[in-house]
Amino acid sequence: MYKILEASCVGLNIKQFVIEAPRIARKHKPGQFIILRLHNKGERIPLTIKSSDADAGTVTIVVQAIGKTTSLLNCLEAGDSILDIVGPLGHPSEIEKYGTVVVLAGSVGTAMALPTAIALKQAGNHVIFIEGARSTEMVVFEDEVRSASNETYMMTDDGSYGEQGLVTKKLDELIAAGRKIDFILAVGPVPMMRAVARITGPLGIKTMVSLNSIMVDGTGMCGGCRVLLGDKSKFACVDGPEFDASQVNFEVLMQRNTMYREKECASLKQFQQNMDAEVAELRKELAAQETQLCLK
Amino acid sequence: MPEINTLPRSAMNVLPLKERMKILRRHMPELDPKVRSRNFEEVNLGLETDDALTEASRCIECAKPGCVVDCPVGVDIKQMVALIRAGDYLGAAAKLREDNSLPAITGRVCPQENQCEGGCIVGKKGSPVAIGNLERFVADYERLSGQLGLPPNAPSTGKSVAIVGSGPAGLSAAGDLIQKGHRVRVFEALHELGGVLIYGIPEFRLPKSIVKGEVDNLRRMGVEFETNVVVGKSVTIDELMHDEHYDAVFVATGAGLPVFLGVPGEHLNGVYSANEFLTRINLMRAYKTEEYDEPVYDCRDRNVIVVGGGNTAMDAVRTARRLGARTATLVYRRSDAEMPARAEEVKHAREEGVEFSMLTGPVAFLGDEKGWLTGVRCVRMELSEPDESGRRRPVEIKGSEFVLPADVAIIGVGTTANPLIQSTTPDLATNKWNYIVADEKTMRTSKAGVFAGGDIVTGGATVILAMGAGRKAAASIHEYLTTGEWEKAANS
Repeated sequence: MYKILEASCVGLNIKQFVIEAPRIARKHKPGQFIILRLHNKGERIPLTIKSSDADAGTVTIVVQAIGKTTSLLNCLEAGDSILDIVGPLGHPSEIEKYGTVVVLAGSVGTAMALPTAIALKQAGNHVIFIEGARSTEMVVFEDEVRSASNETYMMTDDGSYGEQGLVTKKLDELIAAGRKIDFILAVGPVPMMRAVARITGPLGIKTMVSLNSIMVDGTGMCGGCRVLLGDKSKFACVDGPEFDASQVNFEVLMQRNTMYREKECASLKQFQQNMDAEVAELRKELAAQETQLCLK
Repeated sequence: MPEINTLPRSAMNVLPLKERMKILRRHMPELDPKVRSRNFEEVNLGLETDDALTEASRCIECAKPGCVVDCPVGVDIKQMVALIRAGDYLGAAAKLREDNSLPAITGRVCPQENQCEGGCIVGKKGSPVAIGNLERFVADYERLSGQLGLPPNAPSTGKSVAIVGSGPAGLSAAGDLIQKGHRVRVFEALHELGGVLIYGIPEFRLPKSIVKGEVDNLRRMGVEFETNVVVGKSVTIDELMHDEHYDAVFVATGAGLPVFLGVPGEHLNGVYSANEFLTRINLMRAYKTEEYDEPVYDCRDRNVIVVGGGNTAMDAVRTARRLGARTATLVYRRSDAEMPARAEEVKHAREEGVEFSMLTGPVAFLGDEKGWLTGVRCVRMELSEPDESGRRRPVEIKGSEFVLPADVAIIGVGTTANPLIQSTTPDLATNKWNYIVADEKTMRTSKAGVFAGGDIVTGGATVILAMGAGRKAAASIHEYLTTGEWEKAANS
């Protein structure tokens, strides 16, 4: 059982949780993720770690409600608990002094890109952070993004905040302006990462992307998260989650991510119809679990 | 003289040898294949008491029992059978527990035909004594009686052992070490305890409640468990020893990453590793679609192909059948005779309507324009001379390509070593396949205080071999903790 110490809404359907998880907090490095499970009949889902505090024994995760599990999770508040959390998983980001670095993050991807951006800046890079969101209510962590970067650009699809356009529009502008870019990190929806790769590949700019394939155990045991890099199969959980964008087959990633779409939609719909009951049921189960743990 | 099928209890001990040899092996009662191929209930129902008594009376009490020699953990089977014959089932269970801390599990999943029953002299002329079924009988009898003969623990030694992995190797080592008076804490990467016994072996072969029962017994004996810890990630071996002050560590992380075939189309939707398919079903209970959130491909009325010939492949294909597959076909590149799966699993699979396509090798997975699997292109194989493993090597027959229609394909052809511990423990020696190098007798690794056993040392093997490794490691760890001498542990 992992206690939620703080829970706050940071954007439309996006919530930030500070959770007691001392082991994970001690070991977390930028770029790593956790897998959690909410209740005894719940699924295991991977989520990125935004930050950690080894002394306080806490990790901070950011969750966008998309499917049933993330929607249910976002109904939880400080004082509630999460049944299972395991991590930190995956390889940390490789932090080097590259020179000028561009970090592109799409909405909730900002949470995952932030710790790496901070580390890159601390390593002496000039960090350009381009945050994109659909519209103003999905722009997150602007202050933190600004302090993690030397130059900051906020982009919205509808122009309701910052500049209108996709993050790749700003990247194109920087390249057209003759800016020398030594390294790029892109974290966000697959089409966004693919678009970045298509721009930077021909220019030979080293570009890393953080892949969000479907996972079960997160330790390499099941192979469900396999991604195609060139003609080689890699497991996102143990070989990634960051990979060289020029090698990634984004079409296969998108196709594999649709594997359970039908079931996901059905469970979300069912959840939305019984939301209050489902949340009450979850709290009841967690309370019972707590009692059992106390007895032991 | 008519063959004797059942015997009154009073006749048990006085039966002459010749008469014993005439008794037919008692059949394990099973669920009707038509019923069980549509549910996940346990296939084998267990022997009734009368049948167990009759079966025990078939033992001819050899002076040099081959069954004991061929048991990887050396259970005193002769004594156990004698106690059953005397009607002392709890005594038989206690005898069993002296050498095997998980009897209800091994009684269900051991390949007895190659082990104890393979060494049974009665089997030379007819069917061997059904030792596995008897083992299960006494273990179940003990459990249902509620009179568990848990052995007492020695006084505390003040030493502590971290065990990495709660599968068969880790659990058996934990059981032995706690009895010796050491503090024992087992770390498990998943949220549920039992390792492969939970995520790998299906409910219909080994009910989860049995595994849970054995874990609870260890808990009662004082073993501590911590789930959600991936050693190598959440904490390293060095941190366990230096920061958390464990005097010894036993690495029993089990089988590793699934092997794929390396043929085109393996990224199509509908292609699974057996590990993933079975984990979704067994650990995450995805077959209970209404209740559980974890999804799995809806196999109802679909064509499912499973590639491989071992127990994992057999578990996957029988699971697919239970999920309502129209056809569930096992594709294996050698013939029946070379299949490593247990004979009983093959028999059960055939009864349940699993189809076998032997001497068949997949060469490509075929899909539609949206990336969903539609079929598997295969070639026919023939067997040539035996290779270094002693099995006859399959060779492609030119021009024999054909396509098997398939909506789901599950690949169960083996695993490679999981790298998480090795890559974060620099002074832990590994072999060229990245398995941990451990001494065969002492399970000692290249790193002082660290022992390893089970699949992470041997590569994919069986539950009982992992348990045997766990027991050997426990004995060796105990010696190390008692003497404090690493080198002595090496030479014992």
